Amino acid sequence: MADVNRGDRPLSPHLSIYRPQLTSITSILTRITGNALIVSVLLIVWWLFAASTSEAYFDIANAVITSWMGDVVLSLSVFALWYHLLAGVRHMIWDQALMLELKSAEALGWIVVILSIALSALTILVL
Amino acid sequence: MRFITDRKRAIGMGSAKSGTDHFWRVKIQSFALLLLIPLFIFTVGPQLGNSHAEVIAYFQKPFPALVAALTIAVGMFHFRDGAQVLIEDYVHGLAQKITLMIMIVFSYAVAAIGLFAIARLAL
Repeated sequence: MADVNRGDRPLSPHLSIYRPQLTSITSILTRITGNALIVSVLLIVWWLFAASTSEAYFDIANAVITSWMGDVVLSLSVFALWYHLLAGVRHMIWDQALMLELKSAEALGWIVVILSIALSALTILVL
Repeated sequence: MRFITDRKRAIGMGSAKSGTDHFWRVKIQSFALLLLIPLFIFTVGPQLGNSHAEVIAYFQKPFPALVAALTIAVGMFHFRDGAQVLIEDYVHGLAQKITLMIMIVFSYAVAAIGLFAIARLAL
């Protein structure tokens, strides 16, 4: 029975033994922001659906989306949106086999973090 | 002797089974969303909190309606393919198949509701 443990072995990449690094944190943030955006998509689709249904229904959705809870969700979503977009651009650069060296990869990470915060602040200010 | 080329024998045998199809699809979606998302933020964003009449009047214009419809459609396909990777990483076996089916059907439902709402507002 050489392979008695088949299927029950720990899977790579053994996340728990890694020291957090800029590259790993920016990578997992890409996944978290991308998937978390479904929350605001549902909120906005519901708002659009309410607008297309009746004024009374729209007033409910509009009140929810402009409440402080709605503001928090949408503000976080604006950041998630810009972050995920810029991280996507970073992947497009990497897909061309460019800037893959540790130094330039880390520089790209900082650019994504700083630019996404700046663009989010600008967006929230404008809207 | 088998009348089959080496290449033909190898197709579909990798761990992904389907080559770079998924990667390429996601990349095209990303490219489209790179333009659509900023447009969506600055067209739909200012409408949140406006009156019902203002919102209806706004989405009756072709450009905002098309931006919103395209963003919701492409965005939900992008979600489907991205969430698929997430599920494949953390859920396994039969639970994975069931989760994938629920997630994909859910993506289509959200896209349909969004497109229906925009069509109703715009037309």
